Amino acid sequence: MIQCPTFWNEQAGQLNNLVDNRKFKSIKRRELLKLTPVVALGAFAIPKLQEPLLKAGLGFSDWASAQLFGSRHLATTFADSDLTPFNKFPINDYDVDDPGVDFDKWTLTITGAVQKPGDYTLAQIQALPKVRQNTRHVCVEGWDVIGRFGGVRLSDFLKTIGADPAARFITVECADDYYESIDMATALHPQTLLCYEMYDQPLTREHGAPLRLNIPTKIGYKQAKYITDLKVTHALEKAGYWEDQGYSKFYGL
Amino acid sequence: MSTQAIVIENAKTGERNEAVYEHPFIVRLCHWLNAVSLFVMAGSGLQIFRAFPSFGAKVPQENLVNWPKLLALGGWLGGALQWHLTFMWIYIGTGLVYLGYQIFSGHYKQVLFVPRDVPGVWPMVRHYFLFGPKPPVKEAYNSLQKQAYTSAIVLGVLSVATGFVVWKPVQFSWLGWMMGGFHRARLWHFLVMWAIVAFVFGHLVMVALHGWSNFVSMLTGWKKDPEYSVK
Repeated sequence: MIQCPTFWNEQAGQLNNLVDNRKFKSIKRRELLKLTPVVALGAFAIPKLQEPLLKAGLGFSDWASAQLFGSRHLATTFADSDLTPFNKFPINDYDVDDPGVDFDKWTLTITGAVQKPGDYTLAQIQALPKVRQNTRHVCVEGWDVIGRFGGVRLSDFLKTIGADPAARFITVECADDYYESIDMATALHPQTLLCYEMYDQPLTREHGAPLRLNIPTKIGYKQAKYITDLKVTHALEKAGYWEDQGYSKFYGL
Repeated sequence: MSTQAIVIENAKTGERNEAVYEHPFIVRLCHWLNAVSLFVMAGSGLQIFRAFPSFGAKVPQENLVNWPKLLALGGWLGGALQWHLTFMWIYIGTGLVYLGYQIFSGHYKQVLFVPRDVPGVWPMVRHYFLFGPKPPVKEAYNSLQKQAYTSAIVLGVLSVATGFVVWKPVQFSWLGWMMGGFHRARLWHFLVMWAIVAFVFGHLVMVALHGWSNFVSMLTGWKKDPEYSVK
C-alpha cells in the first residue's frame, strides 16, 4: 500500500478522486517542499562550514571505529611463505634521512600516569617475553604488505612500568620528530608490540631502529618508528603527525 | 499493487487528466540524499584511489591509470578520506531507511524484480536497443526497469560490504575471507563503484528520454498522464 499524502486523503472521498488543477498544483508544491532536508547537504559546499562538518564526520567515524574494535579479535597471522620479501617491504622517502639515533645512549623515557617513570634501556625491554608475528601492514594509501615482526607486548611493558589502567591513551615521540598516539584498548591488545626486530633481525635504521611500534589492528602511520619517549595519559594533547593534518585519529583496521 | 490515482480537472477548460502518486515521500527523500552521497562517494573514492592506483604489489608499483584530479573530489588523500568517511554514513543511513521503508510498507512490489518479471525483460531490451515494438505498459516499472533497479540496490549493499572490508580488514576478516581476501575486496569495491556509475549513466539517459512529467514524479511524487492505467 502506498501511503498517500494526508492532505489529499481527507478530500478523496468527497471529491470522488476529482481534483481541481489549482489544488493539484498546491498539492505538488507541498510535496516538493518536503524535500528541503536534501538542501541541507548544501552546507558542505559552504567553505566556512565544510571543515567543521567534515571534522565532525571524521570524528563520528572514529567513534564508530572504537565501538567496532574487538579487544580480543586477533588480526590474521600468515605463514612464512606469505611474507613480503624484506627488500620489498616499503619505506617512506623521509625514512631515508638518518634521524641520528645514538644507539649506545638510547633509552626509552617513560612519563605520565605510571608508577615507575624513568629511562628504560633496550636490554630491559628485551628482558620481557618475546613475541614474533607475521601480520599485515596496511598503509592509508591503500597498499599492504605482510611482514615478520618481533618484540614485546606493549601490555607486558605497561605492566612493568605500572601504567594506570584507567588512563586512556599512550603517546609516543620519536627521534625524527614524529609523534603518535593510540587508545588504551589497542595498547592492551595482545598483538600490539614494542617491536625491535623485523624478519628475525634487529631493526634496520630505515625501519625505525632501535624501537618502533607494530600494531596489526591499526593503519600504518600509527606504527611510529625511532621511538624515544612514551607517555601514559588521561587526555590527548596532540593525536599524531598525520592526524594533525586531517587524518583519522583512531584509524583501527 | 494499488497505486493511488486522481483525475485533475481544469476549471476553465474542463479538460481532464489522470495523475498517479508513484513515489512516496521517504522514497523521494532517500533518492535525492542517495544521489548526492553517491556523487561524493565516487568522487572522493577516486581521489583515494589516486594515492595507490594499483591492485598489485607496492614494490615495484605498477599504476593502472593516472586518474585526473579534476574528476576526483577532496583535493588530497586526507581530504578525500574525510569526505568518504563522512558521506558513507549518509549513504548507509539513507540505504537502511529506504530498505526498511520498502519492506515494511510493501512498496517494494513496485520495484523488486521477481521470477514473474523474467519473460518481460527481453521484449524491453528488444524495444530499447533493437528497435522492437514497445510492449504494453501495465505498471509504474517494466520488467527491465525492475531488473535494473533491483540490481542497483544489490550493488549498493555490495558497495557497503566491500567498503567495510577495505576500511576494517581486521574486524571484518570473515567478510574479507568471503570476498577472497583484502586485495580482492579492494578490487571488488572499485568494480562495484563502476557498475553503479554505469547504472547511473543508463538511468540518466532513460530519465532524459522519458520526459518532464516522469522526472517531476521523483520530486513531487505525482506523475501526470501516466502511460499505464491504474484502474
